[in-house]
Amino acid sequence: MLHTVNKSPFERNALDACLTHAKKGSAVLLFEDGVYAATKGTAPGNTVAGVAKDLKIFVLGPDLKARGYDESQVVAGVTVVDYGGFVDLVVEHGPVTAWL
Amino acid sequence: MSQGDEPSFETGVVKKFLYLNRKAPYGTVYALEVLEMVLISAAFEQDVHLAFVDDGVYQIRKGQDTKSVEMKSFLPTYRALEGYDIEKLYVEKESMEERGLTSGDFVVPVEVIDRAAMGSLIDSMDVVLGG
Amino acid sequence: MSYEVNGKTVDHDEEGYITEIGSWSEEIAKIIAQAEGVAMTDEHWEVIRFLREYYNEYQIAPAVRVLTKAVAKKLGPEKGNNKYLYELFPYGPGKQACKIAGLPKPTGCV
Repeated sequence: MLHTVNKSPFERNALDACLTHAKKGSAVLLFEDGVYAATKGTAPGNTVAGVAKDLKIFVLGPDLKARGYDESQVVAGVTVVDYGGFVDLVVEHGPVTAWL
Repeated sequence: MSQGDEPSFETGVVKKFLYLNRKAPYGTVYALEVLEMVLISAAFEQDVHLAFVDDGVYQIRKGQDTKSVEMKSFLPTYRALEGYDIEKLYVEKESMEERGLTSGDFVVPVEVIDRAAMGSLIDSMDVVLGG
Repeated sequence: MSYEVNGKTVDHDEEGYITEIGSWSEEIAKIIAQAEGVAMTDEHWEVIRFLREYYNEYQIAPAVRVLTKAVAKKLGPEKGNNKYLYELFPYGPGKQACKIAGLPKPTGCV
């Protein structure tokens, strides 16, 4: 299963809802405003880093860049992917659960 | 004082306006819509204040590069506000710190104030427009 | 709706503002100016270039009050005033000059 989160963790509980439901070994992709959950120095970032050993966590690079973040500001255990990588994740881990 | 090809509303009444930004840029259209509203309202020569609270603090974060998401970045437009005589910009300290940001991360000069002071600022306004 | 320049077409809206800022060229500026009845001089081009630079820096077309102030700062008070700018662009340094410069209609223009 691929779970996606596209909402800010500060504004909605989509990330928490996703992380409490996702089964061990499944993939989680953070994109759009969801990418803020992967940034260092934040409580959601710590949460994401903490679950990265049980879940495969990815973040969409173009959305990070749009918001002024580069890979060095992403918490450990999270992999940055591009649009092609997004497609690969769907192919490899689908079906998709979108946490809106 | 304003003459030109814009409407001029010389009512003599200057009200304190606050635009309360609470949304991150790009994910939704709120940030851009508020910014456009601010620029338009500049013609009315009111006492304009901008506040950045919650995810709104992300709007003015430096380094935004939207080329790969094929959207126009409106980050540079915040720097034009000074030319519109809009210089009262406030960032809520708690919101900034929760997001791992510091006052050096912003593209425009801002005054960082705590949540209690933000509450007082909101309370002191004649008109508050959220987004 | 479009302008024809050297066999190429450049789209514009119902008021004559080109819709894609990247498609602007000096040739198009001359065509728009002609349609507006503006005979371009070095002084006109100076303002047009200034507007293009302003847009590149801030991603908006300035309101006329802001333009006037910014021109005064950059080119001096003898140019940064309504009289000078309206003599160059009788239909308004905001609307008319922005149109010739290939910028969108200034935000705040009704």
